[in-house]
Formats: sequence, structure tokens, C-alpha cells
Amino acid sequence: MSDQAIITAAISILLLPLLSYTLTFFFGKKLPRKGDFIGVTLMGIALVQALRIFIAFWKIGDPAYRVEQSFRWLNLGDNFRLDAGILVDGMTAVMLMVVCLVSFLVHLYSTGYMHGDRRYERFFAFLGFFTFSMLGIVLSNNLFFLYVFWELVGLSSYLLIGFFFHKASAASANKKAFLTNRVGDWGFWLGILAFFTACGTLNYFELFAQVNAGAIKGPLLAWAGVGLFMGCVGKSAQMPLHIWLPDAMEGPTPVSALIHAATMVAAGVYMVARLAPLFGPEALMVVLYVGAITAFITATIALVKTDIKRVLAFSTLSQLGYMVMGLGAGDPVNAMYHLTTHAMFKALLFLGAGSVIHAVHSQEMPEMGGLRKKMPITFWTFLIATLAISGVPGLSGFYSKDGILGSVLAVGMVKGHYLPFILGITAAALTPFYMFRIVFLTFFGKPRDQHKFDHAHESGWAMAIPLMALAFMTLISAGIPGKTADKGWFSKFAAPYDVAAISAQFDAKQGGGELLVASHEAAALDGGHGETALGEPVAAHGEAAAAHGEAAAVPGENLHAEAMPAEGGHEAAPAHGEAAPAHAAPANAHGEAAAAHGAAAGGHNSHVRHTAHIRAMIMSIIVATLGITASWWTYHKLRVNPAAIQARLPFAHKVLQGQYFFDELYAATIYRFTLWWSMICAAFDRIVIDGIVNGTGYLTRLVAWVSGQCDRYIVDGAVNGVATVLQGAGEGIRRVQTGRIQTYLVYVSASVLVLIVIYRVL
Amino acid sequence: MGEHILSWMTFFPLIGAAVIACLPSGRKQVIRTVAAVAAAVPLLLSVQLFMNFDRASGALQFVEHYTWIKSFNIEYFMAVDGLSMPMMMLTALLSFLCIFASWGIEKSLKGYFAMFLLLETGMFGVFCALDFFLFYVFWEVMLLPMYFLIGIWGGPRREYAAIKFFLYTLAGSVLMLLAMIAFYLNVADPVTGGHTFNMVHMFDQNNHSAWLQTTNIRHMLWLALFIGFAIKVPVFPFHTWLPDAHVEAPTAVSVILAGVLLKMGTYGILRISYPMLPDQAMWFRYALATLGAINILYGAYCAMAQKDMKKLVAYSSVSHMGYVLLGMAAMNSAGINGAVLQMFNHGTITAMMFLCVGVVYDRAHTREINAFGGLGMQMPRYFSFFSFALFAALGLPGLSGFVSEAMIFIGAFPAFRTITIISALGIIIGAAYVLWMLQRVFLGPKNDKWDNLPDINAREMFTLVPIGILVLLLGVFPMPVLDLMKVTLNNLIKVVAG
Amino acid sequence: MNVGLPHFLTVSAVLFALGLFAVMSRRNTVAILMGVELMLNAANVNFVAFSRYVQRGIDGQMMAAFVIVLAAAEAAVALAIVLAMYRNYGTVNADTAQSLKR
Repeated sequence: MSDQAIITAAISILLLPLLSYTLTFFFGKKLPRKGDFIGVTLMGIALVQALRIFIAFWKIGDPAYRVEQSFRWLNLGDNFRLDAGILVDGMTAVMLMVVCLVSFLVHLYSTGYMHGDRRYERFFAFLGFFTFSMLGIVLSNNLFFLYVFWELVGLSSYLLIGFFFHKASAASANKKAFLTNRVGDWGFWLGILAFFTACGTLNYFELFAQVNAGAIKGPLLAWAGVGLFMGCVGKSAQMPLHIWLPDAMEGPTPVSALIHAATMVAAGVYMVARLAPLFGPEALMVVLYVGAITAFITATIALVKTDIKRVLAFSTLSQLGYMVMGLGAGDPVNAMYHLTTHAMFKALLFLGAGSVIHAVHSQEMPEMGGLRKKMPITFWTFLIATLAISGVPGLSGFYSKDGILGSVLAVGMVKGHYLPFILGITAAALTPFYMFRIVFLTFFGKPRDQHKFDHAHESGWAMAIPLMALAFMTLISAGIPGKTADKGWFSKFAAPYDVAAISAQFDAKQGGGELLVASHEAAALDGGHGETALGEPVAAHGEAAAAHGEAAAVPGENLHAEAMPAEGGHEAAPAHGEAAPAHAAPANAHGEAAAAHGAAAGGHNSHVRHTAHIRAMIMSIIVATLGITASWWTYHKLRVNPAAIQARLPFAHKVLQGQYFFDELYAATIYRFTLWWSMICAAFDRIVIDGIVNGTGYLTRLVAWVSGQCDRYIVDGAVNGVATVLQGAGEGIRRVQTGRIQTYLVYVSASVLVLIVIYRVL
Repeated sequence: MGEHILSWMTFFPLIGAAVIACLPSGRKQVIRTVAAVAAAVPLLLSVQLFMNFDRASGALQFVEHYTWIKSFNIEYFMAVDGLSMPMMMLTALLSFLCIFASWGIEKSLKGYFAMFLLLETGMFGVFCALDFFLFYVFWEVMLLPMYFLIGIWGGPRREYAAIKFFLYTLAGSVLMLLAMIAFYLNVADPVTGGHTFNMVHMFDQNNHSAWLQTTNIRHMLWLALFIGFAIKVPVFPFHTWLPDAHVEAPTAVSVILAGVLLKMGTYGILRISYPMLPDQAMWFRYALATLGAINILYGAYCAMAQKDMKKLVAYSSVSHMGYVLLGMAAMNSAGINGAVLQMFNHGTITAMMFLCVGVVYDRAHTREINAFGGLGMQMPRYFSFFSFALFAALGLPGLSGFVSEAMIFIGAFPAFRTITIISALGIIIGAAYVLWMLQRVFLGPKNDKWDNLPDINAREMFTLVPIGILVLLLGVFPMPVLDLMKVTLNNLIKVVAG
Repeated sequence: MNVGLPHFLTVSAVLFALGLFAVMSRRNTVAILMGVELMLNAANVNFVAFSRYVQRGIDGQMMAAFVIVLAAAEAAVALAIVLAMYRNYGTVNADTAQSLKR
């Protein structure tokens, strides 16, 4: 396939589900079968396209090979611009395959599962929309559009969780999912802003080059990385934002399989893996611990849940914890590998659970039992997936999980942080226990609810075919049995970022030996030779000055060192042997060695990694065996009574059943505070601010009233007063004028007398 | 019409109002038709404006410049540039659609439409007047019909709301008037040397008198203008007229109020305060950003506590206008372009929300959020429309609100890091109140009380669909609107930030 | 006893005072007229007395004669009025003659 053909195929993959959404949403009701065939057909075509891309990259076999195409999306003329673009490389090819495959199978499965639903066509429309947004995340070549599709995925998750929105629980669950994700997105968005501000671009590879060149460093880099990781914490439901995922099981089961197990929740992991070079060592430490704690805590909760979907949800959380832990250990390759294998077997588990739920119309395991005979296809496929997730050697889950545990242990050995590994390996022991608990409770034993058992039946072909297809994928997705992941097929598709090469590509000045980047660990173990320009735990490189040779080491035992002539372009013969001892370090450091410097350090690190790997593998086989045996002992042989244990440890059971009371904690603190604060704000608005406004109004009216009274009684009073006085005077004087001449005479006489008195006497 | 396109746009609704005033009040259908035509013509003219606008030029275009009152050097000076273009388009579109949203008005239809068209004239005038006096005249012209539209056709507390609105705005106008006179007396026309109201002369700092160059005076003038405009935006703590006015106003008036009138505040700041007092704009930017953050968060929290749908939407406007302030304060191209884009987008999105609230209010005669529940089953098409509007409001990517908010954050982050980080919490709280309302109204078990509510009808869809398409298109391709404004705004940034 | 001017004046004053009192206090119109006559005569006494004691001549006596004539005329007119009043009101009480008052 030519590059252009790859891009065209990628765009068609992106647009087909959108087309499916549009057609089904607007015309679905009027079409026969409500238009479900549109979604299935278009997803089938998309799957074929994805397969073509996958094969093309398989043939290319170079994890660093990538095809990228951008166009200017937003341009403000001076210095501000945003691009939209498509990036296809190995990692994308795998994700395209995963998303298209699971989406196609879920579409197919839903034609059976959702049959007869009132809003059947809406369901397919939303599935199409989800697939579109998820593919957008996968194909985007920059952070801005990653964020755009990230949010759209959140929307489709909202719509699908709330598909049965007439149920109050579903109506709360979708809101909770969206809001919890938004909290993560807040950090994610701030991380994006920080990177954009510092680097002026959001294109992945330009960003890597900028980061490598030191455009952003120190605490800002750490915080920006933590910000980005918050997006992952939200979407991939890590502690402490994991609370939405169990509730998201309110959605229809195919949705749980597609969105809340296989793809959307994996988007966070994909994002961190994709952006691995942007995470500084401090940020990675946060990632490591968050993942480990999530993996452990959720695995313990899964032990006590009785709702089959809930157990699977907690198991998903736990597995996501593994992936994140792998990312934190600086091993994005195994994280992505686990993502891929997990997508297959977890989708299978959910679809199998859906098949059971469809048959018995209940999600409670205590009401099931003995379904093995009645639903053979479901049973066998479910069993395969359970074996895979339990880490039974030979199946996919074993290799990927083991790869992660190995890296985590290696980090522990190098840095002294053993806690993540302990939590991880404990969770690895719990996983088979609770998974086989499902198998035994559901498929073995005697039916506990005879009525439901009698009505149970194997599902139709629309549902059985996806189960079988996924079971097949679970069997083969590990690659060739007996080889570790690093040597398997996955290394064709994903490699740690070759920061030096990228940097050289984008910045010519950075050629040669100027840039010697080594991880902290490498520098330390190495006796400090070489300057630690940037703590880059994911992939630390040195570059040979003379030969411009660079070593792109796959994490693992083999290291391809390629010497590139100064003219560039042509690859010289791979110089395998030269740096053969220089193995990838656990926490990355694929250093290469200009003058054989790195050899000692690399050798040491690879030795650590190798040891760690072996130990981890042995331990995980042991714990898997223990877990399965214990489960068999307890739930099949019934030698141990779980109820008795429950009764003996009431507190522990209560805590686990209550999911460590995260929901209650948030309800008591954050929710309540937010509501309280909003009430305060509203009351402040109503009472204080509006009070001031109205108070001003009243004051004005008071002044007006006083002034009015003044006018009436003082100003007008004066005027009227004069009149009143005159009138009163007239009234008085009037009485003098009686009309009787005699009275007048009296007055005259009196007056004369008075005058006489005045003039004579005084 | 080509020569005087702005005048035609501005005064055509006035002609329509005059015609309506002459019609007998019984001829309702005729009145409605006349009103629709009177609003349709400016819409068509705005399309022509859009086609012919020179996007590469930051200069004033479609200029009409005549002497009006000679003795005071007052001019009839109308023109548009990249800042006013989006606002003109928005006004034309919303006014036209609102005529249809008002189709069902019962009380004194004639007076209503006459007032409405008069309001439209005022709005157009404000956005294209470039003589300060003319600007002020239009500013006040718009106030009066608004007062009557709320005070006569409003809800139960309409008198209170109308008076509050009127007095509040008038208080702002007084400050603006004082500042205007101060400018008039202290800006010299470069040609004649006399006093002038011409804004372009006022922009040129060389024309300012020595008195006007005193820092304290300029600070005071800035504050006077700012408060005058802030009341209109509305900026905390001058915002409480808004919820009352919205709750009482009829649907179409709410749409215009939130969709266009609020923008006049921020438009005024960008059109008048920034270029006339650029150094004060820089001096004030931290305060402006802080006020923006307060608006965002405070508005969002207040919205969350509301029980009345319309009040919730009104407070969401307070919150969204906060983003505009934040972007304006950033003084860089992403921030200011984002702010003006947000002005446009908020106009369309809020219009959709108010129209949607109007739909359910017309049917159920209540807007009490908790009175509903499960309407999604009863009115599926309405559910889709309202959800679309609400998701646009919470800044969902792919819809226009996101683009402008994202640009604002991108612009603001380098300028004010802490304030931006705090403001960004608004995207969580914004989602919270929107989804909570969505849940209480549409999701959950159906309330039997509303069994007979009919779904949204064709006329209502006609008002919603064009805006919806616009919201979606601008969410996917924001450049058509950004192209209009970017040259002008980048020039503005050069003037202000150097 | 030597009669001098003061004695005349005293008599005249008493006469005047009595006349005035009659005019002021009596209700009967005829009595009022009589009071007026008393006052006129008091004046006549004064004229004659001054004519005898202060300015020798006949000026005083002449004036007195005038007054007497005037008084007669006055009495004639007044009594005619009183008669008319009596005819109209049936009384000669001065208080009843108040039809112009309101």
C-alpha cells in the first residue's frame, strides 16, 4: 500500500461509522429492520480497510514507520494556527484493527441482543457515532483533535449508558460518567494548554522534538504530564476517578463490551502510550502508583460482587490498572499489547455475559448456575476468555500481563519501588480467583433458580458468531506461543519513541553527539558518564556523533542498532552484533552508545530487566495456579464456605461490598460541597447582590418619599400657610364689623380713650 | 440598496414598524407577514454583506459618512469592520427567527411586532454606528422597546423586571454619556481642529488633548466606560437584572436579550474602550480576567442552584460571557478572536436554549425543572433538539461553543496561568448543571402529568434548525466567521498590546 | 361760688357722656335720637361757654343757633326714618334693622 492509499483508507475508516450514524439516526425508523444492516455493513467495510492497513504495516514491519497528513484547520493570520491531521503508524494500525473488529462484532451481536427495543435504530446510530469518535482518537495526529474526539467519545458513552434513560439509575449513571470524565478532562485540557504554550504546536512529533529540545522542562513538564495523565485517569477509570465505570454497566451489555471494556476505556492508555515522550520521570511515578493501586483495589472489590456485569466491570478496572502500571513503568509497548489482548478477551467476556443475561433475564450470579450444558458456545468461549485473563500460559493475557509485571518489577529493582509490583502480583492472584468464581457460579453446579434455568437457551447466531470470532482472536492474539511479547508480532507495530531520531528530523541542529540523552537510571548505574540532558524514562537515547548511528531498541532483549550515513535516508545494514549487550533498560533507557559508553550501563539494565522478567513470569504462573485452584476449591468443590468467611470478616466484606466507599465519600464531600456552594452562590446572588440592588432601589424610593413629604408639608405648607393665616385673620376681623353703628361707636370711643391714654398719660 | 446597505439594514425594520403601526390591529396575519418581511430583508442584506465583505482588509467597509448636526459636529457615520460583521449577521439571523418564535403572541400583536422591529433597528444601529453620538442614540433607542417588550408582554413580575432592566441600563448609559462628553470636548478633529464625536478620530491618540492624556483622567474614563458596558454584559456584580429580565420576558425577547443585547457590552469594550484607551486596557487586564473567572464560576454555580429552566439558562449566559471577558483580557490573537467568536457562538447557542425552553413552557405552562421528568420518551424530537443545545452550551467539541472556549483558554493560559486554571473548572461545573437539568427534565421515569404534551411542531423546528446547523457547521469549520474578524482583531491587538 | 368756664365744660362733658352712652346702649331708635340731641346740646353749651369766656363775640352763639337748626332738621329726618322703619318692621328697635347685613 502506498502512503496515500493508507491515508485514504484511514479516512474512509473514520468516515464510514459517521455515515452509518447519519443514515441510521435520520432515516433508521423508515428503513426495513430499522436500518441495522447499514451499521453492520459499513462497519464490515471499515474492518476490511483496517485489515488492509494492518497487513500493510505487518509487511513493513517497522514500528517507526508512519504516514501523516495534515491540513490547516484554524489560522488566525499571525502566529496562531491549529491543524487537523491523520497519523497512521503501527500503533494506529493495531488500534484501528481492535476498534473496528470489536465494533463490527458488537454491531452484529446487537442485532440479536437489542432486537425489539423501542429505540433500536437509535442504538445503532449511537454505536456508529461512538465508533467514529473512537477512531478519531486513534487517527488524530495532534492533541487538539485528540481532545475533540476524546470529548465526543465521552458524549457517545453518555448517550449509550443512558440508553435506557427511563430507568432512574441509568439516568444518574450517564451523568456521573460524563462528569467524572470531565474532571479528568479538566486536567487533560490544562496539560494540553501547558504544552501548547510552551511548544507552540500540538502535533505529536513536533511536540516530542520540542520537549526533547527542552522547550518545556522541570516542574512545568511534570505538572503538564500529570495533567495529561488526569485525562487518562478519567477516561480509563483509574483511581480516584474510577467510580463511573461500575455504574456505566447500566448501559446495554454490548455497549459495556464495546465502550466500557474494549475501546473507550482503553483510550486513556492509548493516549499515554502515544504521548509517552511527554511524560517526565515524576509524572511516570504518579502513573505507576495510580495504576498499581487501581489494579489492586478494584480486584479486591471484584471478589465480593454478585452482579456478573459488575464483576466484569471491576475486572476491567483492574486490567486497566495493569496497563497504566505498565505505562508508568515506562513500558508503553506492553501496555498497548495488553490493551490489544484485553480488548479481545474482555469484549468476549462481556458479550458472553450478555448472552447469559439475555438467556436468564438476570444479572445476579446467585440466580444462575449449571448453564454449561444449555449454552455450550457461550460457555466454551467464556472459558477461553477467562483462561486468558487469568494469565494461563499460552493464551494472550499471560504474555501481555507478564510483560507489564516484568517491567514493573524491573523498575522496582532499579528504583527501589517494590510496592507497585507487590500490588500487581497480588491482583494477578485475585484475577483468576474472581474470574473462575464467575465461571463456576454461572456455568457449573446446580441451577439455583430453576424457573430461570428452564427458560435459558443458547443465543442466536447473530450473538454466537461474535463470541466465536472473539474467542478465536483471544487464542491467536498472543502471537506465536512460547515467545514473549517482545519477540512476538507486536514489536512490528509498536516501539518506544526514538526521541533522538525525531528530534534530529525536526531540528537539524540536534544532530551528532550534542544530544546525549540518558535516563536517570542509566546515568546512575553507569557511573555518571554522559550528560543527563533530559530525564526521559521512556526512551532515552544517545546518538553517535560520528556515524549518526542510532539505536532504536525495542524494549526487550533485542536491539536494532542502525547506522545511518550522514547523507541520511539509506539504511545501512543493521548492525546487530555491535551493541548486542546493550539491552533495553526496564525503565527504558535504550541507550545507545556512541563510543561503547552505554554498553556497560545498558548491559546492566538489560540484565536487571531480564532477571525481573523471569522472576515475574514464574511468580505470575504460581499465583495464577493458586488463584484458579482456590476458586475451584471454593466455588466448585464447595470445600470452603464463602459465607462463613464473610461472616468472620464483616468489616472487610462491608468495605469491599461498599467499593471502599468512594461513592459515599464523594457524595459526602464533593457533591455535597458543590451543591452547598451553589446554593450559597445563589443565595448570595439573591440576598446580597440583589439585596444591594433592591436596597438601592428602596433607598432611592425612601429619599423620594422624604422629598415628596418635604414638598407637601414644607414648601407647599408655606404657601398654603400664608393663605390660611390671612383667612383666619379675616375670619377674626370679620367679627368686628357687626353692622351696628352702636358697636362702632363703642370702638371709636374706646379707641379715642386709648389714644388719649397713650398721648396724655404715657 | 447597494450604496447604502447598512442604512437599509438598519432602517428597514423601522419602516416595517411604521407600516405595522398603520395597520388595523385585527389583521393579525397581515401584521405577522409584514413583520417577517421587515426582518427578512435585513437578513438577505446581511448575506450580501457577508459575500461582499473584504476579509483581507481590516479597514472600515460599506462606509456612509454624512454630516448630521452641523453645529455640534455630529455625523451620520455608519460602517462595519471585522468586529461588527459577526454581530450584524447574528442580529439579522436571530431577529428574523424570533419573529417566528413570536408567532403565537396573543396580546396586542401589533404593538409587539412594532416594538420588536424598532428594537432591531436599534441593534443594527449600535453595531454599525461609528459616531459616538450616533452610537449613543441607537443604544438608547434599543432600550425603550426592550422595556415595553418585557413590561407588557412579560410574565407575572414583568413590571419589576422591566424597571430593573431599564434603570440598570440607564445607569450605565449615564456613565457612558459622561465619558462620551469628556471625549467630545477633548478630542480635536485633525482637519478642522474642532470638537468631534467621530470615533475614528477618538481612536487616534494624537488627537487627544493634554487633559485627556492625564493618567488619572484616563483611568476614570476607562472605569466609566467599563461600568457602562459591564452592566450590559453583564459582569459580576452588575448581573442581577439579567435573570429577572429573562424569566419575565417572552421567549423571543429572551433570545434577543441574551443573543444580541449582552454582546453589546463586550462589543462596546472592544469597539470603544480598547482603541480609545489602550494603555488603560492593558492596565485593567488582570482585573478583567479576574472578573471573567468570577463570571464563569459564579454564573455556573448560580445556574446549578436554579429551579427555573429559564433562570438556569440566564445564569449560564453570565457564565459564558465570562469566557468572553477572559479572552478579551488575554490580549493575544487566540484570546480576542476566541472572545468575539464566543460572542457569536453564545448568541446562537443561547438562542437555541431559550427557544427550547419556550417550547416546553408554551405546552406545560411551567418552567419548574423538578416538575418534569422522563420527557425524553414523551417528546423525543424535542429531546434531541434540547440536548443538542445543551451539549453545545457545555462546550462539546464539534459544536461551535467548544471552538471559541478552546481558543479563549489557549489565549488566556500564557497570559494568566492561575486564573485560567481556575476558570477551566467552569467546564466541569458547566457540564454539571447542564446534565443535571437534562436528567431532571428528560430522563428518568416519566411523569404521567405530561402524557398529553405534543412533540415539537414544524414552526418551532423552523426556528431551531437554522441555528442548529450554524452551531454544528461552526463547530466543525469555524473559519468562515474567524475569517471575517481576524484581520481587524489582530490590528486591534497591535494597537492595544503594541 | 364763682361760676367759671370749667363748670360749663364739666356740665357739657357730662351731658355729652350721657348722650354718647344713650346712643351706644339704647336699643330704641327714638332714645338714640334723644342721645344724639343730648350730645348736640352738650356741644351747644360748649360753644356758648367758650364764646363767653374765651373769645368775646357772637361767634359761639351763632354756631349754637346753627346747631339747633341742624338738630331740628336732623330730628325731622330721623323721625321720618323711624316712622318708616316702624311701618316696615313694626318696631323701632335698632337691632332689627339689619336686612342689609347679609
